[in-house]
Amino acid sequence: MNHVLKLSVVDYSIIGIYCLYVLGIGLVLRRSIRTSSDFFLSGRSIPAWVAGLAFMSANLGAQEVIGMAASGAKYGMATSHFYWVGAIPAMVFLGIFMMPFYYGSRARSVPEYLRLRFDEKTRAFNAISFTCMTVMSSGISMYAMGLLMNLLLGWNFSLSMWFCAGVVLLYIVLGGLTSAIYNEVLQFFLIVFGFIPLVLLGLHDIGGWSGLQAGLARVATSQGYAPGVWSESWRFMGSTSSNPMGVEWFGMVMGLGFVLSFGYWCTDFLIVQRAMAAESMSAARRTPLIATLPKMLFPFLVIVPGMIAIALTQRAGAGGLSLPSKPDGSLNFDLVIPLMLGHYFPNGLLGLGLTALIASFMSGMAGNLTAFNTVWTNDIYQPYIRSGASDAHYLWMGRIITVVGVVLSLLAAYLVAQFNNIMDVLQLVFAFINAPLFATFLLGMFWKRANGHGAFAGLVAGTLAAAVHHGLTLPAHAVAGIKGGWLGLVHVYPSEMAQNFWTAIFAWSAGFIVTIVVSLASGAPQKDLAGLVYSQTPRLREANEPWYRRPVVLGVLALAAVTVLNIIFW
Amino acid sequence: MMRLDIRAPIGWLFTLIGALLAGYGLLTGAPSTGTAAGLNINAWWGAVLAVFGIAMLLSTRRRPMAAGKGLT
Repeated sequence: MNHVLKLSVVDYSIIGIYCLYVLGIGLVLRRSIRTSSDFFLSGRSIPAWVAGLAFMSANLGAQEVIGMAASGAKYGMATSHFYWVGAIPAMVFLGIFMMPFYYGSRARSVPEYLRLRFDEKTRAFNAISFTCMTVMSSGISMYAMGLLMNLLLGWNFSLSMWFCAGVVLLYIVLGGLTSAIYNEVLQFFLIVFGFIPLVLLGLHDIGGWSGLQAGLARVATSQGYAPGVWSESWRFMGSTSSNPMGVEWFGMVMGLGFVLSFGYWCTDFLIVQRAMAAESMSAARRTPLIATLPKMLFPFLVIVPGMIAIALTQRAGAGGLSLPSKPDGSLNFDLVIPLMLGHYFPNGLLGLGLTALIASFMSGMAGNLTAFNTVWTNDIYQPYIRSGASDAHYLWMGRIITVVGVVLSLLAAYLVAQFNNIMDVLQLVFAFINAPLFATFLLGMFWKRANGHGAFAGLVAGTLAAAVHHGLTLPAHAVAGIKGGWLGLVHVYPSEMAQNFWTAIFAWSAGFIVTIVVSLASGAPQKDLAGLVYSQTPRLREANEPWYRRPVVLGVLALAAVTVLNIIFW
Repeated sequence: MMRLDIRAPIGWLFTLIGALLAGYGLLTGAPSTGTAAGLNINAWWGAVLAVFGIAMLLSTRRRPMAAGKGLT
């Protein structure tokens, strides 16, 4: 690999300052951790703006940053659908409609809410799949980091992994969720200040937005598309053949906008935990709503660099950029961000950019670890292994399991490094398990007749439906196997993304219908659902709050702003 | 339980990195090649970071973070 970045003392100093700094924060916070609630939920004391930034950064792991820039290069402005159609409406829905039940029920985790609302088996199913998933994701994130550092800087693969894992382990064991949240907020500002100069230099270099459009038009026509495909988000969503994503608007809006985004933003404990740690009900509801503002602006920081990079590949000479190929001959889009850093940043700024990337790897790991230790201790260890112990014991367990979690993640990382297919298979299985979850929560929170048997049957049926749909379909030009078609072939989708969206739609529909049918066939829930279901919960009064603190007002503003963005980049 | 106002560590980190970056930029001068040629981007951006850091630090003096209010 000949793209190795050359770091100097100043770059290493910035990286070093950051690493020492996060350990220092852990050490300071250690003194304030007295109870398990301090460790797992920050004692429910986080102000709304801090929780909001952490909420948004918990999702902003390095894979997200690198992946969104890669998609920006691959698909252009249409990648913004992941933000402006996917994330924002789901975040608004979480803040206005769902947070009252998560926060009001005093559940310490998403699985615990499932136990309060439904029953033990639904919670166990969710808790066990979630813990496996978080350990694997943290392993995958470490693997990706080791690989990238090795490729870019020539650092030793194992050494970079162990070093980062060690730093993250220390600050989580010391400061628990508060440490993770503080570092997520730091990481947020590092990414913002690390990437703004990249976007500014890139846009200046390519001749502003119009220069970028002209460059992207050459990219589009060279691949046989209409000139505006890379710079407009909606105009070419009419049919699957007119855009490089290979999706049409209905599959995109339903699959991505409704099922996948709502499933992720509204039910993934890694995200929701940040809002649960907020200092009050009002702050918890505002957490995802405050996060919508930076979230809707992030496409300009992470997608636009990818678009600039692909436009630069059309330019000849030293000012151009060439993307390296993968072993199978396709372009390696995952290197877009590191290459752009190397292309535009002199030493100094380069250290800042790399620190931002390293910080997002670390906080991605930390997010998984804090969600993992909470669900393990509260939803597996306490109910099924050792109940009735002292609070100090569970706090101790939380710290021990964090160490275990890091060791398991490292093992997972080596496993992934050895057998690349394992990662694909596991991510597929997790996608199947996650797909129907939003149906369960939607019915659980808004239909009091839904019961535990229905929820459990719905989850299993939705997971099976996802697996069967995947087994019967294939993306175009793919061979049967990990990409699908392992049960036979009924339908061929124009792209993998289209297949994913429709897998989610089928899983959600199956989960939704089966939950209703089984709930109606078995008895009504025999418990008090106050605080858990919409119709059984008194409305929250917020009339005495100023307008800028009212969730509904903030939500409407966010939706209006995102509509404007969609129209501008139509 | 929150003893550490997060604006303080953010403020110190950015002031520190900003000062380092700006100092390095002033010592080495503007890069002579590349897109940023002629513009001492390290010095300028370091100054921006430091200003942001100092603003964060000042804000902790003006308005101490409100204590937790509990469930409303």
